[in-house]
Amino acid sequence: MFPENLTISIAPAINRFIDAFIVDYGAGFRAFGNAILWVIVTVEQILRGLPWWLVIAAVAGLAFIASRRIAFAGLMSVAMFAIGVLGLWDQAMQTLALMLVATFFSAIIGLPLGVGLARSRHVSRVLRPILDAMQTLPSFVYLVPAMMLFGLGKVPALLATVIYAMPPIARLTDLGLRSADAEAVEAAVAFGATSRQKLFQVELPLALPSIMAGINQATMLALSMVVVASMIGARGLGEEVLLGIQRLDIGRGAVAGAVIVALAIVLDRVTQSFATPRSPGTR
Amino acid sequence: MTAVRLSAISKIYGPKPEQVWPLLAAGLKKAEILARTGHAVALHEVSLDINPGELFFIMGRSGSGKSTLLRMINRLIEPTTGDVLLDGDSVCTMGATALTQLRKTRVSMVFQHFGLLPHKSVLENVAFPLNLQGTTRSQSNERAAAWLARVGLSGYEKMKPTALSSGMQQRVGLARALITEAPLLLMDEPFAALDPVTRLEMQDEVSRLQAELKKTIILVSHDPVEAARMAQRMAILHEGRLAQIGTYAALTASPANSEVAAFVRGFKPGT
Repeated sequence: MFPENLTISIAPAINRFIDAFIVDYGAGFRAFGNAILWVIVTVEQILRGLPWWLVIAAVAGLAFIASRRIAFAGLMSVAMFAIGVLGLWDQAMQTLALMLVATFFSAIIGLPLGVGLARSRHVSRVLRPILDAMQTLPSFVYLVPAMMLFGLGKVPALLATVIYAMPPIARLTDLGLRSADAEAVEAAVAFGATSRQKLFQVELPLALPSIMAGINQATMLALSMVVVASMIGARGLGEEVLLGIQRLDIGRGAVAGAVIVALAIVLDRVTQSFATPRSPGTR
Repeated sequence: MTAVRLSAISKIYGPKPEQVWPLLAAGLKKAEILARTGHAVALHEVSLDINPGELFFIMGRSGSGKSTLLRMINRLIEPTTGDVLLDGDSVCTMGATALTQLRKTRVSMVFQHFGLLPHKSVLENVAFPLNLQGTTRSQSNERAAAWLARVGLSGYEKMKPTALSSGMQQRVGLARALITEAPLLLMDEPFAALDPVTRLEMQDEVSRLQAELKKTIILVSHDPVEAARMAQRMAILHEGRLAQIGTYAALTASPANSEVAAFVRGFKPGT
């Protein structure tokens, strides 16, 4: 047994801090949360408002652009069609909306962080442990204070998803920039590229396959957060799983699980084919 | 007037280069200095004058500092001490804007592994230096097509560089270097990654373009046969120091030391 008189308790201090924080800054966080909510709801309304066949056609189109293979595009549309057949189209669109917005925010935050990681050893030294913590901290630890600040629903769900899904984008952007062909980068400098031109015209395009792999990872991690997110009131496929568990309705849970898997396969394969460079030669 | 003057260029890698000077003055070898202080001596007081329109070779073994020396001329690597003068202008005291301008218009470069951008087409790669300068796309593409024709690559404009053979890729690299019309061309082992037959072709191509365009070319190489075929004068580096400068005839007639003699032996294969 560890001696009792050597233990200290920091939990009450954290509680007091959070309470005071909410009283002082709660209003600001609400306004911020409402802005994010508006984005999610808009994307969700667009996706749910579109005719189902148009969404499937869009997925097939993206799959074809990414891979140039008709069979692949066909397979992806079949997977999307199956989601509709299983009766969870609407929930899948809600989940998709949350994921798209989460991946978008993850990229917006992760890309500059990745550039920072690659550029500066100091940034890297500070940021790496934080990224590790973001991925390993159990999500409920930050979900509870996030709920107190933003309320139940989509906003804390998005926050949790971004915290969980963003680190691979930052890491793989860093990796892509570090492993960019040194001579190509040197050539750009030798021809008088400014550091901005070097970054945007040479380094980031060279790192693109790696960055796309990061985005692929982020979408997968985001999808794995949907069940957790449903526990704090985000609707969608996670809610179906949760209801299945709560009512011991194994069939309902299994169907929702199958739909999550189908959505995951579609997202994974489509983003992955964007990440793999096509065969060399003419476009 | 010299085109390029290197005056007492030194490059020491490590946190406190000043502690290395007395050891160098005492005549210690690179390996001893590295063992004693942890500092790597890349170059030690190299001075060179290169004339306008000259095809000048910098030669030496791997690790002799020749690629480092080349990169000091357009300041891709900063010298620890010493200065580089291009047509009388000090490169090492230039501000960032002046240096960028110098690289855009006065010095261009060809790389051993070509340094091409795989996501851009052959035409876009050649046009790249002009795009950096803000030339309009149609104008830069037109000039890029003309230079591609000049190096014998008409018809390959829309291909990606990775789809070309290594000899063709180096032609793309050459066209990209020539498009800026800079009077000085730096070439870092430009033929080392090519097969022997292609290497001969490219050597002739560079000699031909040199005769037509009257550029000053500084070429880094470790191939004595290449130097014997192409160079007007050459400098041989050994352990970061200048061993000897001169024409092929002068070096073969009276090599200054055993290192130069070792190189000279390679000029005529079989001797």
